[in-house]
Order: sequence, then C-alpha cells, then structure tokens
Amino acid sequence: MAVDGVAAKRIAAEAVDPDHPLEFVEEIMVPVLEEIGAGWERGIYSLAHVYMGSRICEEISDSMLPPSPGEGPTTSRIAIAVLNDYHLLGKKIVRSALRAAGFNLLDFGRCSPEVLLERVLENGTEILLISVLMLPSALDVAEFLALAEQEGIRLTVVVGGAPFRLDPELWRRVGADAVGHSAFDALKLVRDLSGEAKS
Amino acid sequence: MRAAETMTSLQRTLTTLGHAEPDRVPLFLLNNLHGSKELGLTPKEYFANPEYVTEGQLRLRRKYGDDCLYSFFYAAVEVEAWGGEVIYIDEGPPNAGQPIVGHFDDIFDLHVPIIGEIPALNRVLRATELMKAEIGDEAPIIGVVMSPFSLPVMQMGFEDYLLLLFEHPEAFRRLMEVNVEFCIRWANAQLAAGATAICYFDPVSSPTIIPREMYGDTGYRIARETLPRIEGPTATHLASGRVLPIAGQLTETATAALGVGESEDLCDLKATFSGKLSLLGNLNGIEMVGWNERGAHAAVADAIARAGAGGGFILSDNHGEIPFQVSSDTMMAIADAVREYGRYPLDGDVRDA
Repeated sequence: MAVDGVAAKRIAAEAVDPDHPLEFVEEIMVPVLEEIGAGWERGIYSLAHVYMGSRICEEISDSMLPPSPGEGPTTSRIAIAVLNDYHLLGKKIVRSALRAAGFNLLDFGRCSPEVLLERVLENGTEILLISVLMLPSALDVAEFLALAEQEGIRLTVVVGGAPFRLDPELWRRVGADAVGHSAFDALKLVRDLSGEAKS
Repeated sequence: MRAAETMTSLQRTLTTLGHAEPDRVPLFLLNNLHGSKELGLTPKEYFANPEYVTEGQLRLRRKYGDDCLYSFFYAAVEVEAWGGEVIYIDEGPPNAGQPIVGHFDDIFDLHVPIIGEIPALNRVLRATELMKAEIGDEAPIIGVVMSPFSLPVMQMGFEDYLLLLFEHPEAFRRLMEVNVEFCIRWANAQLAAGATAICYFDPVSSPTIIPREMYGDTGYRIARETLPRIEGPTATHLASGRVLPIAGQLTETATAALGVGESEDLCDLKATFSGKLSLLGNLNGIEMVGWNERGAHAAVADAIARAGAGGGFILSDNHGEIPFQVSSDTMMAIADAVREYGRYPLDGDVRDA
C-alpha cells in the first residue's frame, strides 16, 4: 500500500458526485478503511499504514461532508477518550476512521476516570470509546465504570489498545461491553451499537 | 530430584549466547518496577535514589534467583536528558509528559545532551556502579538505551513522529544525527559504569509499527550505524512487535540477541534465528497479571519446549518490563518452573509437563 495523500485526494475529487458525497464515503472510503483494518489484523499492514490511511481518509471526508454531518449515519451521542495515558495515537486513528465514515463523535481527549465521568454527564454520552496503551490505564476502565454505576449512568463502553490485544479476556474483567482491536472493529461496533441506540 | 546448578548466572548466560546448552535455561526477570514494592516505596521515591534501586534489584534476585540485574529505571529517563518532563504514577512506569519537540523546526535546535550533566542519567549510572560492586562477575547487569529511531515517540509524540517519517525527511535526518550520538554516549557510559550488556529498545522498527519496506532506510540503517559503536554486547528488543518479516536484516545489525513477543511462534523464531541470534522472551506480561501457579508453569514449559533446545534462548517476558501488577507469587512460580523444566539436557516431554 502506498501512503500517498496527494494521489488519494486527486482520485477522490475525480470520483465523487458533489450532490451525493455520502455515497462516496460509504462505497469507497468505508471499504478502504475495512481493507486497511483487515490488513492490520492479518499483520500485512503496520500501525503507520493504519494511522496515515485513516488520516488521509479523514481529510478527504472532511472536504466532502458538511461540518456537522446531519446526513451522517448516526444521531447517537458517541464520544472517544484516552484514559490517563499520554499516548494519543490509538484514539486519533479510531476518531479519524469514524469521522471518515461519516460519524460525528466528540473527542474528550485525555481524562482521569473522574473527569471522564463529568464529560459523559455533561454530554449525555451513550456510546463511549476508551483507548489505552498502558496496563494501569486499562485497569482504570473498571474504576471509571464503578464511578458511572454510583451515579446511576448507563452507557455502552467499547475499549481498545495494546493491553486488550495482549490479554483477550481483559476487557471482560474491567467490565467493558465490547473490545475493538482495530479502527475497523470500532467502526463496526459503533455502527451496530448506534443502530441499536436508535431503534 | 533436581540436578545441582553448576554455573554462575553469567556463565549460564554467556553459554547460551554462544548457542550452546548451559546447565539450565537462563531466566531474566525484567522486574525494574518491582523493587519499589520490595522496599515499600512509591516508584517516585524509589527511582530518586540509586541506592534504593540497587537494593531493590539485589533483593529481587535473592528472592527469585534469576540470572541478571536490570539497571534500567524507566524509558522516560531519556526524556529527562532532553529536557522533558516525567510523570509518575503509583502503580506503573513513569510516563513521558509533554513532548520536547513541539514543532518540526525545533529539531534543528536540538543538541546532544551531555551525559554527566543529567541528574536522572547519573542516578542510573550510580546504580549500575553499585550493582557491579555487589555482584562482580556472578551475574550480568543489563543496561538499556532507547534506539535513536524509537526515542522520538517520546521526544515528539507518536502521531507527529509518523508525520515526520513520511513527510519531513530533512528534519528526520537531523533528529537521527543527534539521537545516534546520544544513544552511543549513553550506552557506553552505562558499560563504563559496569553494565555487562546493553538492551537496545527499538519497537518502532518492527513491521507491527512501520511498513516492512521502510525498515531498510530507517531503523536498519540507524542500527547499523549505532550498534558497532557501542563498546559492548547488545540485545535488540522490539517490545512485543513482530520480527520475522525483517529477520534477515536484523541478523546483520551486530546484535547478539533479540527480544521477541508472543505474536510469533517461538518454534518459527528459533528455526529462523538459530545459530545467528539468541532469543529473549516471550512470556506474555499482560496475561501474566492473571496467571496462577499452574498457568505460569504451563507458559514456562511451553516456551522452553519451543525454543530451549541447543541454547540460544533466555526466558523472559515479551516486553522488557514485567508489569507492576504481576504478583510476587507469579514471579516465584516462573522462577520455580524454569528450574523444573529448564535443566539441560531438556526432557523430550517438557511440553506435556
């Protein structure tokens, strides 16, 4: 896979129907993200491929879709955050992939469990994606969920990041609802969950 | 009844690095974070004093009887050398704070830090000297450097570093120039202080992180430039990243051993690197948190069965740092298991055990 943003943008500009940009996103961009995600899972593509691919797709999508995508595929309240870690790349990749696919999501940035709970309360978040790199941060998901339970908040939490890849059962032990191992996993999960949320 | 061990830890390690069978499989418990627990200190208190770190490492080795002392404090110690901030937590490794490179142009203003002027590095060097005075030639002391190619993740953040790699070749070259010089000086200072060998952490070189075809012009070229100027033996560690797609190039980098992760089969790794590079690994540190004694024994027996024959294998974790959350009981079970299953000649049915 060549990492060539200039060529990708030129091809997209030639192929898109300006009256129906979402069709291009759905029929071209999403399959591209799927392909990259599947390649990452199989060890064909690297993290750099995933990041640069997601970033280029996001830039193309941003140039085509309106700033607040009313025609996007979801109206759910979705947010993404990094819990305690200072490593933000995973969040950036997932956020880019979701935005490239037309989802509108809030980015809470890096939060402690307490601050994350405040953000969730302020925004009425229904689906929360949490990205971590370090094991202590993965274990902090359980702390966040305990705080949420104390407040009587019900939301769906999807986790991702290296500790959850290395220990396939860890997401259950910290009490998450689902785990994603790639940006495409996150896309599939958000699609399914936002569909459920709407129904 | 177990046969008596006939070698010192250093003899055991050197024998396996020579691709021959010692008395048993060497065990490197890379438990740099656990000394603070032994001394009842927070990581911040512990790493502030080289005497604490020395005492912690000595106590851990007395407890588990593993085969090295680990003079590594934490990865972000090198960020302090470049003027960066380190953020401590109570139950894990200190993290690098805000990147020191806020803009790509900042790279052209960087100067190689002088090792002797950096308090954090001096603490590591003092701990290394103290460990050497205590351990002599009984066991190797393993020092650590971040590779010039992987250090920028902490210097500028992962996202900006990937953009630098793909889109700013001139700034990338400049950053590598200063990082190579720093890495060599830092490694050689540790060797002069008493480290036996240097572990060269280079996770970004793994095809898990960058495209395989990019390695030749980046991590490989930089390792070829750096490792021969380090005045002692080195082991390269890709911190759980895949190594097999770049196996041929890795063997050309003048390194003696390779840290390997759980994502590749140890049998395949052994077959690929046998007689060329010794393997260091590959117990899953994250899963280790949930292991009981039986799980630890099974994992150790399996790893030894796959990679132990003929030497060229040191049992260790997959990442070069056993998580803080791993219990003392689990590390003890690993240490017991290597004595149970790792005696040479290996039993043919060690895997069944």
